[in-house]
Amino acid sequence: MSHPEHKDYTGAKFGMWLFLFTELLLFGGLFILYATYLTRYPQQFAAGGKELNVVFGTANTVILLTSSLFAAMAVTSVQKGDRTTTLRLLGLTVLCAAIFMVNKYFEWSAKIHHGIYPGSPRLGSAPLGESVFFGLYYVTTGLHGLHVLVGAGLLSWIGMKVNHGKIHQGDFVTLENGALYWHLVDLVWIFIFPLYYLIL
Amino acid sequence: MSLPATSSDGFWSDTGKTGIASWIFSTDHKRIGLLYLYSVLGFFLVGVLLGVLLRLELMAPGRTIMGPQTYNATFTVHGVVMIFLFIIPSIPASFGNLVMPIQIGARDVAFPRLNLFSWWLYVIGAVIVLTALFTGGGPPDTGWTFYVPFSAKTGTNVSLAVLGVFVLGFSSILTGINFVTTIHRLRAEGMTWGRLPLFVWSLYATAWVQILATPIIAITLVLVFVERVVGTGLFDPSRGGDPIMFQHLFWIYSHPAVYIMILPAMGVISEIIPVFSRKPIFGYKMIAFSSLAIAAAGSVVWGHHMYTSGMSDTAILVFSFLTFIVAIPSAIKVFNWVSTLYKGSISLEAPMLFALSFVLLFSIGGLSGLVLGAAATDIHVHDTHFVVGHFHYVMFGGTGFAFFGALHYWLPKFYGRRYAEKPALVAWALMFVGFNIMYFTMQVLGIRGMPRRYYDYLPEFARLNLVATIGSWILVLGLIILLVNLFRGLFRGEAVGANPWGGATLEWSIPTPPPTENFEEDPVVTHGPYDFKGAGKP
Amino acid sequence: MSTEAAHHILSYRKLTAIWGALLVLTALTVLITRAELGALKVWAALAIASVKSGLVIAFFMHMKYESRPFRIILFVALVTLAIFIGFTFFDVLYR
Repeated sequence: MSHPEHKDYTGAKFGMWLFLFTELLLFGGLFILYATYLTRYPQQFAAGGKELNVVFGTANTVILLTSSLFAAMAVTSVQKGDRTTTLRLLGLTVLCAAIFMVNKYFEWSAKIHHGIYPGSPRLGSAPLGESVFFGLYYVTTGLHGLHVLVGAGLLSWIGMKVNHGKIHQGDFVTLENGALYWHLVDLVWIFIFPLYYLIL
Repeated sequence: MSLPATSSDGFWSDTGKTGIASWIFSTDHKRIGLLYLYSVLGFFLVGVLLGVLLRLELMAPGRTIMGPQTYNATFTVHGVVMIFLFIIPSIPASFGNLVMPIQIGARDVAFPRLNLFSWWLYVIGAVIVLTALFTGGGPPDTGWTFYVPFSAKTGTNVSLAVLGVFVLGFSSILTGINFVTTIHRLRAEGMTWGRLPLFVWSLYATAWVQILATPIIAITLVLVFVERVVGTGLFDPSRGGDPIMFQHLFWIYSHPAVYIMILPAMGVISEIIPVFSRKPIFGYKMIAFSSLAIAAAGSVVWGHHMYTSGMSDTAILVFSFLTFIVAIPSAIKVFNWVSTLYKGSISLEAPMLFALSFVLLFSIGGLSGLVLGAAATDIHVHDTHFVVGHFHYVMFGGTGFAFFGALHYWLPKFYGRRYAEKPALVAWALMFVGFNIMYFTMQVLGIRGMPRRYYDYLPEFARLNLVATIGSWILVLGLIILLVNLFRGLFRGEAVGANPWGGATLEWSIPTPPPTENFEEDPVVTHGPYDFKGAGKP
Repeated sequence: MSTEAAHHILSYRKLTAIWGALLVLTALTVLITRAELGALKVWAALAIASVKSGLVIAFFMHMKYESRPFRIILFVALVTLAIFIGFTFFDVLYR
C-alpha cells in the first residue's frame, strides 16, 4: 500500500477532514462562550440581536449556500473533465465570497457608525450582557470572515492550477479538498446565522 | 551536525541536497525526527537551566539570587519552554517521526511536506516566544497558564508570547493530522490494527487529542490577544464577561494536553519492557485499548484544575468523580507492565532502568494525583508545592524518564553506534536519586503549606528547601553525564548491528542505520510486535 | 481499507435540489424565529441548522459516499464538541 509514487487519494481527503475538525473545534470554543453567555443574559442577547440586520444576515446566508453549490458543482464538473465549466464555477464561488465580504463590510461599518464596537462608550454604558454579545459577534464573524478570505484565496489558487492543467479529471483531490474547506466555511455560517441574527 | 563514522550508510548519506539544506529542507521522516530531537533537547536544557535558577532562589529564605519580578518571569518562561517547546513535541514529534513509520512498515508519513512544514512552524513559534522575552514590556510574568484577568492587564509581553504558543499549537495539530492519516492509510500488508506496536497505538491516541483539543487553546489565546489589543471584555466581569470561562477553555485543552505528554511515554515503556524481559507483553489488547480510554476519559476531566476557582459545586462533584475514572486505564497499564516482568528474563540495561523507574515514578505521581483529584483534599493543597511535586513526578519522572529511555533504546539504531553502559548506569542512578530528593521533598513542603509561585517563604520551610535544591544539583549532574555519554557514544562508540536488543518490531528488521526509504521491498507482516520467537538473541 | 470505491459523481441536478432544500430551510428558520415560541425558538433554530449542516455534509461534502472510517471520525469529532459544550454546563447551569 505504501508506494511513494502512488498518490493516496483517500488519504489526502482523510487528512483534510481531520483538518476540518480542528477548524470546527476552533469555532467550537466560541460557541461554548456563546452558549454560556446566552444562558446568563437571555434578555440582553435578545436586545443585542435586534440591533443586527436580518436582511444582511439572510442575504449572506443565501450567498454562502449558493457559493457552496458552485463549489460542489465544480467538483462534479472536474470529474466529468469539463475544464471550462470548472473554471467558471470556481470563479462564481470566489465572486460570491467577494459579495459576502462587501456585505460584511457595510454591516460592520453601520454598526461601528452607530457606536457599537468593542470598547465603545455606548457599549460601556449598555447593560452588562450586551457588551458580551457584541464582543462575541465581532470575534466570531471576524474569524469567520478571515476564513472566507482564506477560502477564496485557496479556491483562486486552485483555479490557476486547473487552468494550467495541473488539476484535471485524473487528479483532482486538491480541488475536492479546497471545496471541502469552502463547505466548512458555509457550515459555520449556517450556525452563526440563527444564533446571532435570529434568536432574539 | 557532524556525521557518524557509519555515515556512508543509510539515510545519512543518500540525499539529493548537501549541507544544512539536506536537513532543514528534508522531507525524510527520520531527518525531521532528528531535527525535532535536537530542537526539543535544546529547549529542554534551557528549561533545566531556568529550573535550576528557581531552585537556587528558593535555597534560602528571602532574596537569594533574584527579586520577585525576575522570579515570576523565570517560572513563567520555565513552564512555557518546558510545556510547549519541550514536552508536548518531545516524544511524538521526535521518536514518533523517527520510529512510527518504520514500525508500521511505511516508507514515510502520509504527508512528508506537511511534516517539514510542521517543524518549521515549531521553529517560528519558538522564535516568537523567545522574542517575547526581550521585547515589549519584558518576559511574561503570568505563569504558563496565562490566566485572565492578569494576563489581559499585565504590562509584560503576553501578546507576543500567546501568539508564539498559537503557532506552536498549529505545528502540533499538523503532526497529529499526519500521524492519524499515516496510521490509517500506510500500514504494510499484514499490519492489522491488532499487530500495531503499542508505541504506535499510543501515538494514535495522542494524535487524536492533538487534533481535537488543540484548537480550543488556539481560540482561547486568540481571545486573550484580542482582549489585550481591542478589549472585547469577554472575560471582564465589569463588562459582563466571566474570567472562569477562560479557565474552562484553557483547561479543556490543557488537561488533555497532559495526555499528549504522557501517552507517548507510556508507549515507549510498552516497547522497552517486553524487549528487556524477553517476554511478549502481557495484555496487549488492554494496553492498546487503555491508550484510547485515557485519551477519551482525559478529555472530560478538565474541571479538576478549577476546584477553588468559584466554579459551581455540582461541577466540582462531577469533575471529581470523572477524574477517578482516568485512574482505571492508567492502572491497567501499570499492572500489565508489571505482569510482563513476572517470570521474564530481565536484563537491567540503561533503557530498562529508565522504563522501570518510569513505572515507579509515574505511580507515585499518579497516586498523588488522586489526592488532587478528590475535591475535599485538593482544596487544602491547591497551589502549594504538593502540586508542583505531583506534576513533576508525572511529567519529568514519567515523560522525562521515558524520553531518556527512548534516547538509549532507539538512537543507536539511527546512528549505528552506541553509548557506554557503565556511565549510563551511573547517570541513571544519580538522576533517580536526585529526582526523588528534589520532588518528594517538594510534596512534603506542599503538605506543610508552602505555596507555589512565590519567591520567598516562611523560615520553617528553610531546611527542606535546601534539601530540594541539593537534589536538583544531583539530578543535573546525572543529566550531564547522561548526555555526554550518550552523544559521545553515538559519534564514537561501539558499532551496533541491526538488532542490538533483540526486538521484534519492524524497525529492528532493517539495516542500521535505516536506508532512506526504510524498506528495500514493502514488508509483509506475519507476526505480532512482541513475538520474540523469530528474533535472534542480542 | 484498501478497497477504494470509484469516485462517485453527483449530478448537477441533485446538487441543485439540495441547494433548493437548503434555501427552503433557511426561509423556514427565519419564519419560525419570528413566531412567539420563547426558549423553544433556540432549539427549533438549532435543529433546522443541524438538518442543513447534515445536507451540506452528506451531499456537498460527499460524506454519504465515503467509506466507514470517514463517518466514524466525523462522529468522534462531533461527540467531542458536544461534550466540551455540554460539560461546561455542569458549571454554568448550577453556579
